[in-house]
Amino acid sequence: MRRRVAVTINGTKHEYEVEPRLLLVNYIREQAGLTGTHVGCDTSNCGACTVELDGHSVKSCTVFAVQADGAQVTTIEGLAKGSTLHPLQQAFWDEHGLQCGFCTPGMIMAAKQLLERNPNPSEQEIRLGLEGNLCRCTGYHNIVKSIQAAAKVMAPGAERKAPAPVS
Amino acid sequence: MAISQMVGASVKRREDPQLVTGTGRYVDDIPQTAIVHMHVVRSTEAHARILGIDTARAKEADGVVAVWSGKELKSEFGAPLPVTDCFVPDKKHPGHYPIAFDKVRYVGEPVAIVLASSRAAAEDAGERIEIRYESLPPVLDIEKALDKDAALLYDELGSNLSYDVKFAGGDIEAAFKEAEVTIKQRLIQQRLIPIAIEGRGVVAEYKTFSNKLTVWSSTQIPHFVKVWLAVILGIPESNVRVVAPDVGGGFGSKIRVYPEEVLTALASRRLGRPVKWIEDRNENVKATHHGRDQIWDVEIAAKKDGTVLAIRPTQWLNLGAYCSQFGTFQVLGVLVAQGAYRMKAFDGRAVGVFTNMTPTDAYRGAGRPEATYLIERVMDLVARETGIDPVEVRRKNFVRAEDQPFTTLLGLTYDSGDYTVTLDKALELVDYKAFRREQAEKRKQGKYLGIGLSTYIEICGLGPAATMQAAIGVSAWGMSVVNVHFTGKATVIIGSSPHGQGHETTYAQVASDVLGIPVEDIDVQHGDTAIGPMGMDTYGSRSTALDGNAVHISAMKVQEKARKIGAHLLEAAEGDAVYENGKVFVKGTPSKSITIQEIAVAAFQTARIPKGMEGGLEATTFFDPTNFVWPFGAHICVVEIDAETGGTRIVRYVAVDDCGTRINPMVVDGQLHGGIAQGIGQALFEEAIYDEAGQLRTGSLVDYLVPTASDLPSFELAATITPSPVNPLGTKGIGEAGTIASTPAVMNAIVDALEPFGVKDVAMPATPQKIWQLMHRNGGTKR
Repeated sequence: MRRRVAVTINGTKHEYEVEPRLLLVNYIREQAGLTGTHVGCDTSNCGACTVELDGHSVKSCTVFAVQADGAQVTTIEGLAKGSTLHPLQQAFWDEHGLQCGFCTPGMIMAAKQLLERNPNPSEQEIRLGLEGNLCRCTGYHNIVKSIQAAAKVMAPGAERKAPAPVS
Repeated sequence: MAISQMVGASVKRREDPQLVTGTGRYVDDIPQTAIVHMHVVRSTEAHARILGIDTARAKEADGVVAVWSGKELKSEFGAPLPVTDCFVPDKKHPGHYPIAFDKVRYVGEPVAIVLASSRAAAEDAGERIEIRYESLPPVLDIEKALDKDAALLYDELGSNLSYDVKFAGGDIEAAFKEAEVTIKQRLIQQRLIPIAIEGRGVVAEYKTFSNKLTVWSSTQIPHFVKVWLAVILGIPESNVRVVAPDVGGGFGSKIRVYPEEVLTALASRRLGRPVKWIEDRNENVKATHHGRDQIWDVEIAAKKDGTVLAIRPTQWLNLGAYCSQFGTFQVLGVLVAQGAYRMKAFDGRAVGVFTNMTPTDAYRGAGRPEATYLIERVMDLVARETGIDPVEVRRKNFVRAEDQPFTTLLGLTYDSGDYTVTLDKALELVDYKAFRREQAEKRKQGKYLGIGLSTYIEICGLGPAATMQAAIGVSAWGMSVVNVHFTGKATVIIGSSPHGQGHETTYAQVASDVLGIPVEDIDVQHGDTAIGPMGMDTYGSRSTALDGNAVHISAMKVQEKARKIGAHLLEAAEGDAVYENGKVFVKGTPSKSITIQEIAVAAFQTARIPKGMEGGLEATTFFDPTNFVWPFGAHICVVEIDAETGGTRIVRYVAVDDCGTRINPMVVDGQLHGGIAQGIGQALFEEAIYDEAGQLRTGSLVDYLVPTASDLPSFELAATITPSPVNPLGTKGIGEAGTIASTPAVMNAIVDALEPFGVKDVAMPATPQKIWQLMHRNGGTKR
């Protein structure tokens, strides 16, 4: 009954024998031991489990691990380069875009895709783009500000000031 | 207070680098080897007798370690789950145990537990348990629950009534005699589901041969959980350690000692292995307590000039199936329903009723949102009835600055505040007069704008110990330990248990300010009962008013000791030495000084400190303030109603809040944003609905609508600062103010928008369907 599933997560190849019913999020959390991707609902509403699967953001609680066999996955743990945060991580920190932090990994992964598709979004476009991700702490106010701030830094041709490393 | 460098600074949160990189540690992230997974089998019936539970087939399933029904665990509970007095010490509440024995009283109540090698194996085995029920009629309506022929949740009580209490002040009969205008109104506080994005979860590890228990729980109250696990399971409290690691939101929903905390610990003790239980959302919506669910009936006595003479509110509370730990805290709603206003008499009543629904308990605001909704709707009802502008009605009735400290008709004393100042500022920000002109213009074009006010005051900083002991049955205070290390770095331990509020940053600022130690050299620790004395944990917007001030006081004690050591090292008279910005020097000669870092070394080289002084630089504080704190403010919401669909769009949201001193304004604003959003959620979207069989129909995030980013506007915030006189930092609370204030602001705006249709009240949540029906109830004709 078990299937061998190989997934490259954040550049590292993982391969495990798993039950076919195993969800990608459980593969990431329990097999690969990367617990930054969270589970917040069972119905694909909250988006806390958002990861990138072959370049597309997906809710990893709605993908079977076997469907990701051979795929490239990026999780929140794959964004920072060494001790330098990704501009979205930096912006969420700078703009107080998180409180309890539980939705944050999924929120940042969703925001990453949003900015890749639309590098200069309006406030309304950001709000619509985040509809699949729920936050109960921030009222989204500072999440919107964080994404606006990151968009400025990430815009093509923007003068990229290296953020200070996390001490 | 000394000149402040850190207090008032928007220091970026030190919690965040871990959390934005996915390296935070929530309960489900805790690595454990040889762990056993627990699945809780829950009642599918709202009200039934358990005739039998057959676990034989489950026990044979793959990976199963053990299966136990409630009856098989019964002998291990030394006490039921705790219930606090909370204003109603003599309420009826038959003991609530973590698991049902003979009878189930709500859908979701634990009935059996399965322990297995994986979560999936445990859930699969749970499906194989056969439970035979004898169904009983479910009790699902607050009012019908009190009918003589209603089915009874507890036969031994003879009715479904838990309590019926009165809180009154002033001559109510005289006030109603004097009234020129009387109004009666029913207001519904619908049932809400808190929905922290992280559900609950517990890992328990019992060590058989040392009789020691460690529990990691997604809780707001690790210290309370420690005490009660010790009491319920009969383990010495000194052998119990509870850790709240990173906690993914609470909003009151994690304020209780929960059945699953006891069951996980108990299973670990029986098996001698660590046990893990993680709540999924499907369980969370039923097994984690709900909020609100009250009916309020109010009679108002007023004069034609808008003066409110008296109110007579009755609060009917749906307790759900059991009296939850802080379930009657919601009665606070009656106690503070006088709001920011003077009146001659108040006649309040609270009635608590059992039903076959999930228990209700604290949910962000816990009583104050209900009180504020009541009194702020009262002000608008009086305005509508008398034809006076809602702003003027509020001004006429406000407690005036010269009345402070003002004592309410029920004997509560407000600490400070001039309520006209926040109102004026909010009116100016929203440009009230211009809005009224625009509203009139738009109405001519068939467009419906509305404006709603909420000039709230709330009680928090749950803290003077004597008052709390009398009212709640629990003394409450703030706790801190400040410990300066050999190298001059400091550790601060706090009794509060944050889950998103940023205490690690804010309290480092507080300690840094007093000690002159850089904020990055101060570590703030919390949420682990093994690291410090008892704490009172986090709820009721209490933390900064109590534990934050406790940090200040401990730091002051350390500062004083450091000053004495510094004087000794400088060979100066103690009385001549001053402590400033982390240095001690003789008054008038700051050039010759000694730093806190140098003093710290001496404090541990005890030969160098004054004779008779103990070594170390550490202080502990249990801070007991003289009064509660009373934040206040004015929120104004502007809405536009879509005449075609009945949909509400929030055009603007302006909030002016006074929470006293703001230690970290960025964090304060963040608390307000989230709070306002949650109050808007109640006004427009959220409602837990049960069907006639007692099944929760809004049992997932598909059906229970938590506001999304596109449902909300950006918020326009401003502040006034009236330091509280009851604590040294002058802080009040801000964790719940947004939720307390925003719901009536939104609803008053909607009712204002619908004024042309003769609408005087709209039931929450104000869905497009409800609004459309109100607009069309007379065939769409306007008044």
